[in-house]
Amino acid sequence: MEKYETHTHDVIVIGAGGAGLRAAIEASAQGASVGLVCKSLLGKAHTVMAEGGVAAALANVDEKDDWKTHFHDTMHGGKMLNNWRMAQLHAQEAPERVKELEHWGALFDRTKNGKIMQRAFGGHTWKRLAHVGDRTGLEMIRTLQDRGIHSGMDVYMECTITHLLKDGERISGAFGYWRESGRFILFKAKAVILATGGIGKAYKVTSNSWEYTGDGHALAYEAGAELIDMEFVQFHPTGMVWPPSVKGILVTEAVRGEGGILRNREGERFMEKYDPERMELSTRDIVARSIYTEVQEGRGSPHGGAFLDISHRGGEYVKKKLPSMYHQFMEFAEIDITKEPMEVFPTTHYVMGGVRVDADTTGSTVPGLFAAGEVAGGMHGANRLGGNSLSDLLVFGRRAGLGAAQYANEIRDNTLKIDDVDLEKATEEMLQPFENAEGENPYTVHQELQEIMGSYVGVFRTREKINEGIEELGVLKERASQLRIEGSRMFNPGWHLCKDLHSMLIVSEALAKCAYQREESRGAHSRVDFPDADNEKWGKVNSVISKDNGDMKIGTSPLSQMPEELKKIVDGGYK
Amino acid sequence: MSVAKVRVYRGDKNGGEEMEYEVPLEEGMVVLDAIHFIQANYDGDLAVRWNCKAAKCGSCSAEVNGMPALTCKTRMDSLPLDKPVTVYPVKTFPIIKDLVTDVSWNYEVRKKIPPFTPAKDTEWIMYQEDVERSQEFRKCIECFLCQNVCHILRNHDEKNEFFGPRMLIKIAELEMHPLDTEDRKEFLREQAGVGYCNITKCCTEVCPEHIHITDNAIIPLKERVADTYFDPLLWIFSKFKAAD
Ligand SMILES: Cc1cc2nc3c(=O)[nH]c(=O)nc-3n(C[C@H](O)[C@H](O)[C@H](O)COP(=O)(O)OP(=O)(O)OC[C@H]3O[C@@H](n4cnc5c(N)ncnc54)[C@H](O)[C@@H]3O)c2cc1C
Ligand code: SF4
Ligand code: SF4
Ligand code: FES
Repeated sequence: MEKYETHTHDVIVIGAGGAGLRAAIEASAQGASVGLVCKSLLGKAHTVMAEGGVAAALANVDEKDDWKTHFHDTMHGGKMLNNWRMAQLHAQEAPERVKELEHWGALFDRTKNGKIMQRAFGGHTWKRLAHVGDRTGLEMIRTLQDRGIHSGMDVYMECTITHLLKDGERISGAFGYWRESGRFILFKAKAVILATGGIGKAYKVTSNSWEYTGDGHALAYEAGAELIDMEFVQFHPTGMVWPPSVKGILVTEAVRGEGGILRNREGERFMEKYDPERMELSTRDIVARSIYTEVQEGRGSPHGGAFLDISHRGGEYVKKKLPSMYHQFMEFAEIDITKEPMEVFPTTHYVMGGVRVDADTTGSTVPGLFAAGEVAGGMHGANRLGGNSLSDLLVFGRRAGLGAAQYANEIRDNTLKIDDVDLEKATEEMLQPFENAEGENPYTVHQELQEIMGSYVGVFRTREKINEGIEELGVLKERASQLRIEGSRMFNPGWHLCKDLHSMLIVSEALAKCAYQREESRGAHSRVDFPDADNEKWGKVNSVISKDNGDMKIGTSPLSQMPEELKKIVDGGYK
Repeated sequence: MSVAKVRVYRGDKNGGEEMEYEVPLEEGMVVLDAIHFIQANYDGDLAVRWNCKAAKCGSCSAEVNGMPALTCKTRMDSLPLDKPVTVYPVKTFPIIKDLVTDVSWNYEVRKKIPPFTPAKDTEWIMYQEDVERSQEFRKCIECFLCQNVCHILRNHDEKNEFFGPRMLIKIAELEMHPLDTEDRKEFLREQAGVGYCNITKCCTEVCPEHIHITDNAIIPLKERVADTYFDPLLWIFSKFKAAD
């Protein structure tokens, strides 16, 4: 057996996006020894790409805003499937977390009287998104990165976790490899926090990076944790459609937040038909379906999308408020958005489903395993409001750090065992693709997976389609058990893709099975054969995926009862 | 469909060679797309870094036809395609494999920069015109292209004496933060080596975020340092002090 480099920490955080960094900072502040592991270089995680803003009821622009309205908006956006306790904590704590970022050096755009500026976004009653032009995520990750590197944690960059290790029921460590050398590495830990982000690379048209392969979802599933609501994948209404090589890249919702108007090829402002009250600032599920429908019915733009126009706001304003969008269209599509409309179409963006966690501690059903950020389920229900992810990362990142450190503290000395047999198995699994002389090219398998997911479990779904998709996934899984790669273990993207595919296949199967089971349309899940929401049956349950003797088990579990005072807020006299 | 010839440097610290590939052109294609095509169809182990593919994360830096650039932002149709397109790793940092270099030095020096230090009783009121100066520098995506072209790092390899333009704007951003109270002047001179910069502006030219690195950050920093250390009156004064 190969000799492993071994590191011991109280808490291992997997993922260095907003959630992971915030968790690591908190766990360190609690006195835990923390190792922060990430697939890419520090500061390159998805969070860096977030544009529009972070939602928090600071009430700096609209004085009437408060946590109750934020809670109300979030529950309605999520079509009541949200874990109410998470939505409550999120709405209550987000303002504090945003101010804390400012105290750590973040420079948000300002109001006239010197406070943090806020902008409008879909589904939010008031102007609620604190922002920095259209590079809010960059500001957030830099601030956390700066804070993190001075907090005493050890950072393991370009290091990928492939297996979680357990001592009986408890988490006892994690196994992975350095991207640079391909050498294996072992972490002994009392607690592990998953902060690995989403799953978007299972789809072809996506706003997500190479890292979004659902590793955390798969790691949790294989360690015995439950995944919930995997059918809810958010298709962001506005991705770029042209030219082909940029298809899927995000056009931030801030364009609509700043007054952007959607039109079809006939020049009609079609949101008037679908949501006359909120128009372009309706929730993402509704806007995405509206654009999709317009194109399906033959009223699409030349490249099969809708027109999104912000030019009426004037060149100066657009360049100031949306500088990256201006450059993005200029450089990639040769379009001047201060003069012409953009062409947009839905793109895979965010997964609402994820690891089932306890709202207060972020603990999963496996002792010692915690999850926060996009990899955790429950917070956003059936559909996430824009801006609610960045605030989610801060609120639950902090809570994860706290929860994991407290849990680790209770285990005095780290006497948790790592099983040699598990390590051997992990090693063998990883090295397999080098030994298959005959076998499939992982890139080909990945492309086919993306085709399957796009065609059978895309924006609109039917029983027949999903069923076909599940069958095709089965065949592909078989093929993917024999992957072949070339070259050495050193910085080998093909090799990495083999493991990524393993994660993506688990996540895709879970997603398809949940989509098949839920016979209704709700939020981001649209079943053409069940166009209405079924509040009696499906409005009361989460979908649950778990591992059962090596097979994927699907079921449901009832939503927990919301306390009366929160019910009042949800039913309250808000618009 | 027309085809481009793309020559990619393949190798590691023990040496390597240029490999030529044929890549079918697609409308709007960028150099990173060509690299991905090569990975999927010819060499699955071709090493490259990327994340956002939208010029936002700064991962994909390389030298395209000899020019430092983000490969996800460099359109194939902006290059002369009658000749092969060459793609090399950036030169200033040691190669790991193919297009991937070891940029860890940047992370090491960054840790040394004294962090944001507000006053205890701050009210947290700031005005847009005051935050804008620092906001310009906070646009930095850490692509390290400026570090790559700065001749002090590139040709003279004075990494022990000089932190390079990226880290200087990081310091400028903190120094110009309306609510920061830390004095980094001595640090700038002694450790970051601001004096080494001779204002050739090569860094500013390559910055994909169009940050005015030299004019807006380095020159003002140099002036601050000069005012403190080289103000003639102060200088004479300190001489006298030293003499007695
Ligand atoms: C283009 C774009 C724009 C967006 N705009 C907004 C916005 O304006 N407002 C908003 O609220 N939300 C926005 N979002 C959503 C939001 O950015 C993400 O949901 C959020 O950043 C996810 O953060 P995270 O901390 O969960 O994960 P990430 O920031 O994605 O971090 C994941 C981390 O996990 C690591 N990782 C993954 N797998 C492994 C493994 N196996 N081993 C080790 N490390 C691993 C990665 O390296 C990375 O460090 C946007 C998203 C995109 C893509
Ligand atoms: S201006 Fe200064 S920092 Fe920039 S490249 Fe020239 S010497 Fe280097
Ligand atoms: S200053 Fe510009 S060139 Fe330098 S690292 Fe930042 S973005 Fe890149
Ligand atoms: S991939 Fe992010 S800058 Fe090129």
